[in-house]
Amino acid sequence: MFADYSMGELTAIFAMQGFAGLILFSVFVLMALGLAIIFGQMGVINMAHGEFMILGAYVTYLVSNLFATYIPFAFSIYFFVAMALAFVVTGALGMFVEWAMIRHLYKRPLDTLLATWGLSLILQQIYRSVFGAREVGVSIPDWMMGSLPLTDLIEVPINGMFVMVLAVGISIAIYVLMFRSTWGKQVRAINQNRIMAGAVGINTEWTDRLTFGIGCGVAGVAGSAFTMIGSTGPTAGQLYIVDTFLVVVFGGAGSLLGTIASAFSISQAQSILEFFLSGSMAKVLTLLTVVGILMLRPQGLFALKLRK
Amino acid sequence: MLSNSKTAFITPKEAIAFAILAALIFVVLPMALDTFRLNLFGKYLTYAFVAVGLVLCWGAGGILSLGQGVFFGLGGYCMAMFLKLEASTPENTAIQSTPGIPDFMDWNQITALPWWWEPFHSFGLTLIAIIAVPVVFAFIIAFAMFRRRVGGVYFAIITQAIAAILTILIIGQQGFTGGVNGITDLRTLNGWDIRTDEAKNILYFVNGILLFACLFAAHYVRKSKLGRLLIAMRDQEDRVRFSGYDVASFKIFVFCLGAAFAAIGGAMFTLQVGFMSPTLVGIVPSIEMVIFCAVGGRLSIIGAVYGTLLVNFAKTTFSESFPEVWLLGLGALFIAVVMAFPRGLAGIWADWIAPRIDGLFSRQSSSSAAPKTPAE
Repeated sequence: MFADYSMGELTAIFAMQGFAGLILFSVFVLMALGLAIIFGQMGVINMAHGEFMILGAYVTYLVSNLFATYIPFAFSIYFFVAMALAFVVTGALGMFVEWAMIRHLYKRPLDTLLATWGLSLILQQIYRSVFGAREVGVSIPDWMMGSLPLTDLIEVPINGMFVMVLAVGISIAIYVLMFRSTWGKQVRAINQNRIMAGAVGINTEWTDRLTFGIGCGVAGVAGSAFTMIGSTGPTAGQLYIVDTFLVVVFGGAGSLLGTIASAFSISQAQSILEFFLSGSMAKVLTLLTVVGILMLRPQGLFALKLRK
Repeated sequence: MLSNSKTAFITPKEAIAFAILAALIFVVLPMALDTFRLNLFGKYLTYAFVAVGLVLCWGAGGILSLGQGVFFGLGGYCMAMFLKLEASTPENTAIQSTPGIPDFMDWNQITALPWWWEPFHSFGLTLIAIIAVPVVFAFIIAFAMFRRRVGGVYFAIITQAIAAILTILIIGQQGFTGGVNGITDLRTLNGWDIRTDEAKNILYFVNGILLFACLFAAHYVRKSKLGRLLIAMRDQEDRVRFSGYDVASFKIFVFCLGAAFAAIGGAMFTLQVGFMSPTLVGIVPSIEMVIFCAVGGRLSIIGAVYGTLLVNFAKTTFSESFPEVWLLGLGALFIAVVMAFPRGLAGIWADWIAPRIDGLFSRQSSSSAAPKTPAE
């Protein structure tokens, strides 16, 4: 399969596909981080995670239209406003969902799965009614268009770079939140022993709600970032949910580092395979490998010591 | 209600419940509906096979599989491959560049039948494959997972991923599988035209009889020691293990049984509806099948049948007239059935209606007011 290409072309292919893989990696990381918080720390399966992402994307879409119509001179920075707003809106919805639904189901994880699936159907239909069934795209500010030529064969798109930078930034922010803030300490304490955490004075109910909200808010930011590289439709969230769950489970639930490592390996494998096989076969092979490894090593790549 | 009798296979109450369901399926529906609608209900009943399997796996065993569509689809595809080969005789396909192979293969520039299609020339081998292929597949999944004590949420996610993989594979390999359209234009079964009204009526009854066979098998499992062990495992897996039982092998068995039920349902789907496509394999149908079971009551095999009929009937009715409302309604149904009615229709029946009827019977013993449908 390599015979038709010269050495230089092969390097360029690997570099370009590797870079495409890095963008995919950033996307996976953004998607999976929110889920890693919710699933890894709280043990809640949120099947509506994809719809929260799409909500972030739609918020970005609305903000971009708003800026284009009313304050066109500030259009080049609308994205940062949109991202903050996406975080707030999806986070607030997440906290509401936790209050209305999830908190009653903490003892029944499988039922949470079904209930959040129902929520995802409702959200999809709402998006379809409000924004229409067609996919919408946002207009990207000028400075994000185009690409940087590295050599004459290798070019990197700027919006892809931007998504990568964003993924790194959010990963660091979450690391700081989880391991350097009071909230993070409380979340980890509750994860280890809920009753004792409550006994030492942590407001477990509020922490749960905040955690769920932050997880959903990160999903919203991820959705916001998506609008930079693709368009958004009402059912787009459902396409990502299986990938995202596999990324989190493959990395080892509860381990942020594991999530990032598994997002990296899955995305690189998929995008490099994609060049040589058809896209669907690349995906099948990657997913099969992941499922196969999970069957042999159910605790995932980076397993925390678990106690039942 | 079910656990009281230890020796009898079937208590009088259960016998009545089975009899009412049988009356509904074999007498009321065929008399009330025309062939088109009856065929539609036959299609719904094929999903009931899956729901009954889920009652055993999920309700009794605590194993939630989000990939039952895989087994439904494998069973259905096995049947569809046989029917497709029968429909693709060299005479029928004379206009193709390679006569004698299914039309979608010809469209995708495939010139010879792949080797794994060959066994489906034989009806006997097909019947074996319908059960064997999904069961072996289920066995591999279950063996790998349950031996390593993976369960609960992880099992659900992995089965869901498998459903996604199989769908992508079927759609991607359209030269071998018919792709996103599936295997269509099926005509005859061993020379018997399955598209006529008469054939559809007969298939409906065959389907009903098979469903009852599965219901009785499921009932037998529930009543046996295995059934009680399953419930014990669901509630306290470690204790069952420490009592010396091999937990994994029971789980593997019940998962394979559920897969076999689903496969029969899939094969009957192909026969009655006349096609098989990846839209019945993927994540969405798989999780919808779980909701059929949940609505009927995850602990009740009879409830599962009513749940399937009711949800599908509602789906057809609503999505015909108000397509926007249907998804909202389905979503709300998911949430409501989980949060407010975890035992589904069977729970409502047991808590609200059955006590009243019992009261009615004890007051006036001569009354013959049998309950119309336990589902309401």
